[in-house]
Amino acid sequence: MLSVRIVPCLDVRDGRVVKGVRFRDHVDMGDIVELAERYRDEGADELVFYDIGASPQARAVDAGWVERVASRIDIPFCVAGGIRDVETARRVLFAGADKISINTPALERPALIAEIAEAFGTQCVVVGIDSVRDADGEWRVRSHTGDPNAMRAPGKRTLDWVAEAQALGAGEIVLNCMDSDGVRRGYDIEQLRAVRAICAVPLVASGGAGEVAHFQAVFREADVDAALAASVFHSGAIRIPELKRDLRDAGIEVRL
Amino acid sequence: MNLALIDAGGANLGSVRYALARLGVEPRIVRDADALGAPDRIILPGVGAAAPAMALLRERGLDRALIASAAPLLGICLGMQLLFDASAEGDVDCLGLLPGRVEKMTGARGIRIPHMGWNRLEPRARADGASWRLLDGIETGAYAYFVHSYAVPVLDCTAASSVHGATFSAAVECGRLFGMQFHPERSSEVGLRMLANFLKVSA
Repeated sequence: MLSVRIVPCLDVRDGRVVKGVRFRDHVDMGDIVELAERYRDEGADELVFYDIGASPQARAVDAGWVERVASRIDIPFCVAGGIRDVETARRVLFAGADKISINTPALERPALIAEIAEAFGTQCVVVGIDSVRDADGEWRVRSHTGDPNAMRAPGKRTLDWVAEAQALGAGEIVLNCMDSDGVRRGYDIEQLRAVRAICAVPLVASGGAGEVAHFQAVFREADVDAALAASVFHSGAIRIPELKRDLRDAGIEVRL
Repeated sequence: MNLALIDAGGANLGSVRYALARLGVEPRIVRDADALGAPDRIILPGVGAAAPAMALLRERGLDRALIASAAPLLGICLGMQLLFDASAEGDVDCLGLLPGRVEKMTGARGIRIPHMGWNRLEPRARADGASWRLLDGIETGAYAYFVHSYAVPVLDCTAASSVHGATFSAAVECGRLFGMQFHPERSSEVGLRMLANFLKVSA
């Protein structure tokens, strides 16, 4: 039986891992490979590296650190940030990333999803979605979220975008619920359930993890395939071995 | 060791090369039949779709060269699928080294396609009672990392199966032919051990 996945997300800037609160005030956390190895040893099932400098500065991910990670890490990893064409996707994948995640560039030009899926297979293409509940109660996507001053609301309904992205060849969806992101009060179960209902490919929950019970809840109640978190892992508030034992005790299939 | 790592256009070539480096083996990257030579081992990795991968192998004469070679051959992910007769992915003829047809996996409620993540390996009994060389030191229920939408059904050559909706071949072994549907280069210690097992089989 397939295990659920626990996925630490590492923000990368200028070749270092950084930490920010609600996308601001970044603090240096250490060397990419050292942190990646630490999470791998603790039992992370997969890693996501988000190059937070790439997209706002309109430059592509630096393949150098991707290669450095790939040569040392023997669990799968995904690279996000600044991938806006097939050529860049190719560089990152051939440097050793298993998947690439696209967000704003896919919103700007949805055909990019199909182009990458066609070139490398759907399993390589993760579509990241930043979603907010608007005043009218409707969930809608946000773009350019890497820089709070540049954030935009293209007006697309989140559920419509999930359906469209799948139809174009997305092999996985990461739903980042921005209203719960960084506040550690739990994943947005309601929204994740709504997306799950129309999402036939793997779905990764993101935004809101604060305690072990939040992981149990999101797997049980929203039936997601993976749960992503950053700050609770970086700070040591939640340790992956204990989290996974707790999930297994709760009857959820995890890799121990 | 003279290990030929076949470049069939798959994006995981680099990751497989790094995994081999962790085992102290520096492979030769082989792009066409002329470069194959007489290797001790061949690894055919693969990420992508069956039809373009087969077209590439044929264009470079590697289809015949791989069939003619006597060296132990390991196919990884799509590379394993290409060892069989045919694939439903693009309805294409494959290398035909092993009998069987690759089929599309069926999704259902709770069964997402692609099959993506860590799943358990269940060793199967070998018809002759011997043990599978690939599985030396691998415990029942060990986890490996899978990413795929097509799969080989359980056949005589199935050394280990996994379950995702249906039961399918996770690892195959028959004579000089070996296959891993999962990614050993991304399956931590389990993957490394199985790669090492392949490297030590006698030719």
